[in-house]
Amino acid sequence: MQQFLLKHFEAIRTTIAILIGMLICILLIILVSSSPGDSISTFLFGPFSSQRTIASIFEIATPIIFTGVALSIAFQAEQFYIGAEGAFYITAAVGTAFAVSTSMPWFFHIPLILIVSGTFGGLWGLVPGYLKARFNTSEVVTALMLNFVALYAGLFLINNFFRDRAAGFMVSFRLPESAELPRLIDRTRIHWGVVLALLVALWAYYFLYHTRTGYEIRTVGHNQKFARFGGINVFKVIIIVHILTGAIAGMGGVVEIMGIHRRFNWQDLPGQGWDGVIVAIIGRNHPLYVVAAAVFLGYLRVGGQQLRLMSDVPFELVLVIQSAIILLITARAFLSQWESRMVIRQAGEEADA
Amino acid sequence: MGTILSIRDLWKIYPNGTIANQDVSVDIEQGSVHAIVGENGAGKTTLMKVVFGITQPKSGSISLRGKPFAPSQPSDAIQAGVGMVHQHLMLAPELTVAENIVLGVEPKNAGVFFDFDAAVRTARDISEQYQLSVPVDKRIDELPVGTRQRVEILKALYRNAELLILDEPTAVLTPQETDILFQTLDRLKEQGKTIVFISHKLKEVKRIADTVTIMRAAKVVETRAAEELTIEAIAERMVGHKIDLSRVPAPEQVGAARLSVRNLCMTRDDGVQAVKNVSFEVAGGEILGVAGVEGNGQTELVRALVGLLPVDSGEILVGSSDIASLSPKEIRHLGVSHIPEDRMEDGVAPLMSIQENIIVDRYDKPAFSTRLRIFWKKVLAHTVGLITDYRVRAGSPKHEISSLSGGNIQKCVVARELSADPDVVVASQPTRGVDIGSWEHLHSLIVEARDRGRAVFLVSADLDEILKLSTRIIVMYDGEIVARFDDASKVTATDLGPYMLGVKRQEADSAAVSA
Repeated sequence: MQQFLLKHFEAIRTTIAILIGMLICILLIILVSSSPGDSISTFLFGPFSSQRTIASIFEIATPIIFTGVALSIAFQAEQFYIGAEGAFYITAAVGTAFAVSTSMPWFFHIPLILIVSGTFGGLWGLVPGYLKARFNTSEVVTALMLNFVALYAGLFLINNFFRDRAAGFMVSFRLPESAELPRLIDRTRIHWGVVLALLVALWAYYFLYHTRTGYEIRTVGHNQKFARFGGINVFKVIIIVHILTGAIAGMGGVVEIMGIHRRFNWQDLPGQGWDGVIVAIIGRNHPLYVVAAAVFLGYLRVGGQQLRLMSDVPFELVLVIQSAIILLITARAFLSQWESRMVIRQAGEEADA
Repeated sequence: MGTILSIRDLWKIYPNGTIANQDVSVDIEQGSVHAIVGENGAGKTTLMKVVFGITQPKSGSISLRGKPFAPSQPSDAIQAGVGMVHQHLMLAPELTVAENIVLGVEPKNAGVFFDFDAAVRTARDISEQYQLSVPVDKRIDELPVGTRQRVEILKALYRNAELLILDEPTAVLTPQETDILFQTLDRLKEQGKTIVFISHKLKEVKRIADTVTIMRAAKVVETRAAEELTIEAIAERMVGHKIDLSRVPAPEQVGAARLSVRNLCMTRDDGVQAVKNVSFEVAGGEILGVAGVEGNGQTELVRALVGLLPVDSGEILVGSSDIASLSPKEIRHLGVSHIPEDRMEDGVAPLMSIQENIIVDRYDKPAFSTRLRIFWKKVLAHTVGLITDYRVRAGSPKHEISSLSGGNIQKCVVARELSADPDVVVASQPTRGVDIGSWEHLHSLIVEARDRGRAVFLVSADLDEILKLSTRIIVMYDGEIVARFDDASKVTATDLGPYMLGVKRQEADSAAVSA
């Protein structure tokens, strides 16, 4: 039993953190709601109440899977490149620009847009990557600064050259039909992007755990000195992870435009890049767990929307539960005393034996 | 006199599961010098950390002057009159001696501002009181290590320490400084202070201690009056059996030079010249031992040999290729293996599995992977083979390597490096901190590599190891080779000592001398 608990300690800890977070949320609902029972069941079960709400979960999860998987590659190499937000945004803008200025049959158009966007996102990630590898510039700082560059450069590009003046808002021209990702299920907004997201996650899992470069990335992340000692080219690894993170996050941005909005309509950073950080942390940088974490985040968001529609509980509360859960998961010391007590007891027993 | 400190049935287990102290009981007499000896990792420092409140025990009790004592932080211990001088001195290098001595209990002007003059006066007083001379207005970073250590002792005395713990105090000192320290300790003893002296240098222990406690593998083996024990007897109890220091027979046949270093010069980051015009050769089938006090350029030299540090000038030839500007991977491809000095830092990624640690130099070989995938099954089989061949005590190759003991982690490192079938083995402190069984096993592996015609370059701070294994010996002091002995079998530790301490050097560097 003790050994089982120790072996799965991380998973158990995550589960307990989530449960405590949920509990806090339920307590809050009880405090603020006039009919807490209904509100809690709306929050917990609302997301499963119809085909539309279930689809919403995956709709919300799709871009977050992209950014989360992208970030977990960087995080596995212990590179805290948090520029997924900027890469997501500007690549969506550039991809949109490319899509509206070209026309060809969809089976060329869609892959080409993805390739162009991926390349652009990769170049976007290369900037902080090269600075880190060559000059040891903190990728956190460059990535944060580049997020602003992405926002204003993207706005400049869309508002000046691709703005649809016929529309009432500041939005780009509508994508040609050949560039739209078709809906998967009628009367929902769930689209083929979710399949792409899953493929990317599967690929990233295989890449990280079953290829040479993936092994290099993880080794650099675990102990950079050891990687150097063993002959791994650390410079190359740092460059590669930044490029991949930028490319995948960027593709996520353009997929979101192609699948949901069908035109570029973000006048501000949309936040999926930050959600990606959250799910990468919850999923402990494992691409497949990241998918689960993204779906869980989608479920929380839909629950929140349901609450807002059907109850007197404010939407802000959902943000509270998210924060509580993430706080508990990321606090490495959470339950670690319990773990070390178990380790100590076990070592003591073995010494006695 | 009575007992000042009494430790009873103390257990300490670290959160990673390492048992550092198992059922330890020790009594320390007031006004004595009490030595605690044991190998690296025997638990001596941990025990004293418990007494000083740096770490807390799992169970057991301590009493100080007959009263229960359970410090939860060092300030509790200081309050109770316990002082500790750490192995790595804990002083603020940018501050003066006086400022360091009063740090944390500074004299104040009007209760607010630091009164520098009063601090200098206080420091001078305390220095005179204990006859420990220190330049009170000099900055710490201007002082030699021996003087810094005196500052640490004064710092403890200023806080009214009655019981003074010194953790491996002579590790960083020259022989002259050691003598001065011992005079200091004798004087403090006369003044009624109690001194706990942690060490593994047995000669020093014999010289200074009244009582000796011997620890082995987290347990106390014995506590006795120092005069009842010979150095040999202490050594035997420390390691658990007679140490086989008999030398390895010389190789039957020595081949051509595999590793040649010519006029190598290196500079450290801080601008100090670490390696000065060093030249030597290692031939296939021999072990070249490098003796020397740590920090005399050996670390830098080794890292240059394997491509982890750049050189200023000079050549490093492996076979006939100059490797001075090659990457670590290219150097490995030329047949150089490296057993690193700090295994947890360079030798392994502690949280990766054993198999992932084993393949760091060979994951890209066709036997284990193609461009598209790594064959984990083959990696697993390979790792299982090495675990068996090198007698590593491990559960599954998929367990984290940090779940193994130090000796077994080192065996994994050595297994990886020797199984790479190298021409040249660069081994730095290959047995540091491992248990005696592993010590002997690792030695036999190194000798085996020698007998298969490898050129072995061995750097060790452990003179016994150097003397046991080496075919030839060079001595490094202050970045230079100060002595060469072409027949190691005729060399004794006493011969090496003066060279290691820099008091003697062979005149012409080129004139190799047989001792």
